[in-house]
Amino acid sequence: MASPIYSTIFKRNSVFVPTVFLAAFSFSIGFDMVTSAWWDSHNRGKQWKDIRSKYIEQEE
Amino acid sequence: MLSQAFPRLASRASALPRLSQVRFSSSSTQAQTPFLASRTAVFASTAATVGLTAWYAHLYGISFLPEASANTAAEDGLHPAAYPWPHKGIFETFDHASIRRGYQVYREVCSACHSLDRIAWRNLVGVSHNVDEVKAMAEEIEYTDGPNDEGEMFQRPGKLADYMPAPYPNEEAARAGNGGGLPPDLSLIVKARHGGADYIYSLLTGYVDPPPGVHVAEGMNYNPYFPGGGIAMARVLFDGLVEYDDKTPATSSQMAKDVVTFLNWAAEPEHDQRKKLGLQAAIILSSLFAISIYVKRFKWAPIKNRKIFYNPPKEAH
Repeated sequence: MASPIYSTIFKRNSVFVPTVFLAAFSFSIGFDMVTSAWWDSHNRGKQWKDIRSKYIEQEE
Repeated sequence: MLSQAFPRLASRASALPRLSQVRFSSSSTQAQTPFLASRTAVFASTAATVGLTAWYAHLYGISFLPEASANTAAEDGLHPAAYPWPHKGIFETFDHASIRRGYQVYREVCSACHSLDRIAWRNLVGVSHNVDEVKAMAEEIEYTDGPNDEGEMFQRPGKLADYMPAPYPNEEAARAGNGGGLPPDLSLIVKARHGGADYIYSLLTGYVDPPPGVHVAEGMNYNPYFPGGGIAMARVLFDGLVEYDDKTPATSSQMAKDVVTFLNWAAEPEHDQRKKLGLQAAIILSSLFAISIYVKRFKWAPIKNRKIFYNPPKEAH
């Protein structure tokens, strides 16, 4: 019962609940970064952020 | 024997015969009726067959009866070909350079007759133009605002929150200016027509001379893609009609593609975000589904694999 994962995370609720929240927060950010990176490479050259630089220079 | 060993269980089992059958189904050894031979399966497959037949008949007519239609194929309009749009496919965003060119075509050509009520200047920001360009374009248009402190309406230059100006003040003026035909508002036109973008592209590029024997009414133009063939709008896109600022050759098919992409964006401004969120939701939900299947099998494994033995007590001699 004294495995390291138990004694560090599951033993105390005061540690366990923040761990769940932190894991959810970091997973959502990481997941968003990974899917966005694939999305942007799949649609390279088509989105506004890809062509925006052309028209910013034109303005100046 | 069973009632001797477990009198309570046996009485409950006899009181609820069906429940007991279900309860011990995982440990019973007697042959069960296979599901496909069950009454539920018969009812379900009958209901599915009746429903599918009725649905098919509703959509396409009853296939084994001859059908009379007052429409000829020409009156239904030619079906458009399926074109390889850059945004066709579940992972594809709009081509925003094409939206930008399409806005230019709309502004210089279409907006002479067609309104675009549901698009505001601010909607273009971050989609096809940057904020300074949109502000400059909006300021070129005069809008009526008011009332001011004296109760008078006044004119002011447009701002980002204003909607696209309409070419005609009301429907009667639009009809009077176009020989009785009302140019439809283009905000949702891609959603509002069968065939969507393919249809509008085909319509814009499909003007031809009427074939022999087809009479087009006075003031109308022939277009095989338009149901009935006679359309009040004349061909408007000719090669070199606009000059693109990114040096794309302005052929009529290029302009039609760009303006249809723009109109598709106008009908579905949420398109790019919707597809991206759909991808993310599909990944998350299918992962959760797989996890739930795994957990179910994990938890049920000992129950599915158990075997209950009953050892009768030795009879006392």
